[in-house]
Amino acid sequence: MKTDSRLKRVLEKGHFAVTAECGPPKGADPKVIKSKGKILKGFVDSVNVTDNQTGVVRLSSLAACVLLKKEGLDPVLQMTTRDRNRIALQSDILGASALGIRNVLCLSGDHQSFGNQPQAKGVFDVDSVQLIQLVRQMRDNGVILGGDKLSEPPRLFIGAVANPFADPFAYRAIRLGKKVAAGAEFIQTQCIYNLTRFNEWMDKVRDLGLDEKVYILGGITPLKSARMAEFMSKQVAGMDVPDEIINRMKSIPAREQRQEGLKIAIETIQALKEAQGVHGVHIMAIEWEEAVPQLIEAAKLFPRPQV
Amino acid sequence: MITAERKPLSEIKEMIAPYKKILVAGCGSCVAECASGGEKEVGLLASALRMDAKMEGRRIEVNEITLDRQCVYEFIDQLTGLVGQFDAILSLGCGAGVQALADVFAGVIILPALNTTFIGQTKEAGLWIENCRACGDCKLGYFAAVCPITRCAKGLFNGPCGGSKDGKCETDPDAPCAWQLIIERLDKAGRLDLLQNVYPPADWSKQQGKGPRKIHREDQSI
Repeated sequence: MKTDSRLKRVLEKGHFAVTAECGPPKGADPKVIKSKGKILKGFVDSVNVTDNQTGVVRLSSLAACVLLKKEGLDPVLQMTTRDRNRIALQSDILGASALGIRNVLCLSGDHQSFGNQPQAKGVFDVDSVQLIQLVRQMRDNGVILGGDKLSEPPRLFIGAVANPFADPFAYRAIRLGKKVAAGAEFIQTQCIYNLTRFNEWMDKVRDLGLDEKVYILGGITPLKSARMAEFMSKQVAGMDVPDEIINRMKSIPAREQRQEGLKIAIETIQALKEAQGVHGVHIMAIEWEEAVPQLIEAAKLFPRPQV
Repeated sequence: MITAERKPLSEIKEMIAPYKKILVAGCGSCVAECASGGEKEVGLLASALRMDAKMEGRRIEVNEITLDRQCVYEFIDQLTGLVGQFDAILSLGCGAGVQALADVFAGVIILPALNTTFIGQTKEAGLWIENCRACGDCKLGYFAAVCPITRCAKGLFNGPCGGSKDGKCETDPDAPCAWQLIIERLDKAGRLDLLQNVYPPADWSKQQGKGPRKIHREDQSI
């Protein structure tokens, strides 16, 4: 049977996949999601919807996924363990499947202290690896935690994240291995600016044979300005923006920096297309969705395959 | 030990405002060790309250006592016959001490002067760090004697999150990443293989499943 997940079909057929991120609005207006969906439709295989990204309250990921699905896109439901205990997680997973969502991305989530609810009680009842395992068991064995049988298992393509740039570096590939062992089928990475370090990580990933067990999509965020590059380098946890990139952005007049940011992104995509074991890209154009079609065309990833 | 910090004087003043005769009751155990509720701190707080009342032209009587332990009946008994002489008892015990006093002296106003903070270790003089959440299901054996529930901001069981940088936690540049410590310690012990295990979700029912926990040992009963 043909799976409903476009992302899964694209990857299984051996195409270089393209996914993009879509941040829901800080309000109840569905038009924002729909218009972002319209911009991305046809240019990407799937669209990730962030789950209260950076701990900031936004329209729910599940609701936004349904809105995108109605627009004819293949949404990826991001689900963090920060805000839900195991009862809520399992319930939302079933709900997502029932509503026709076919991809889930399991992550722990940004710590609540960074968002607009720093007094919130972080749940973290399970961690991201445990969540992957839990979804996998629900889908493949039709059971929830504790062994109770489901009347109908969820049908989800299971994803996870990896950050090749966080410390301790030596452990990062092993951690990916753990996520794969827990049941992850595709991986989206943190934004790549330091290709040298990314390649070192990929060497370890290949040594462990993980690139043959899981689809890896490299993270791409086009820089809008030299200031953004500096901010990401200094202020955003787990980001690695080398001085070389910052200096390159700085050397360009301010009004042309967006173009330079896109150029860097295109170069990175080209490098990832060449890298053995990289199966696609995940574009996180933070509130700059209009850039995505342009980027995809320039990187010669358009048209998308018919699957 | 259990650590605590004294509440701000303004909050203590507000609590005791309706009362004229106050007994400041310290505890000689954990809170004395962490310099928040022992004999010395009882003396300092009592003096501060007397001075403050004098400066504001209020009449107030503040007496002092420090029990060896506020959470054990044998020591609380020292207050029997004494509490009736006061309008309120201002306890410098931890939350267990405050509640133990209230348990023994029904009808007496018992007020907390401390914020009970955590179970921790004296890292150095004047520095205490939390290292145990009393989850009731200790897994330190798997994690190189570093508790990820307590010392990882996200309480992760399966390795560091994506925010760990230069050995520090993303939530606090002064806090070491618990997982960095775990990995370093496992490496030194030649037990890096333990990292490959996928650890299942915790059984939180041992901590907060059915309200307050209880240990009842027949062999210790009289």
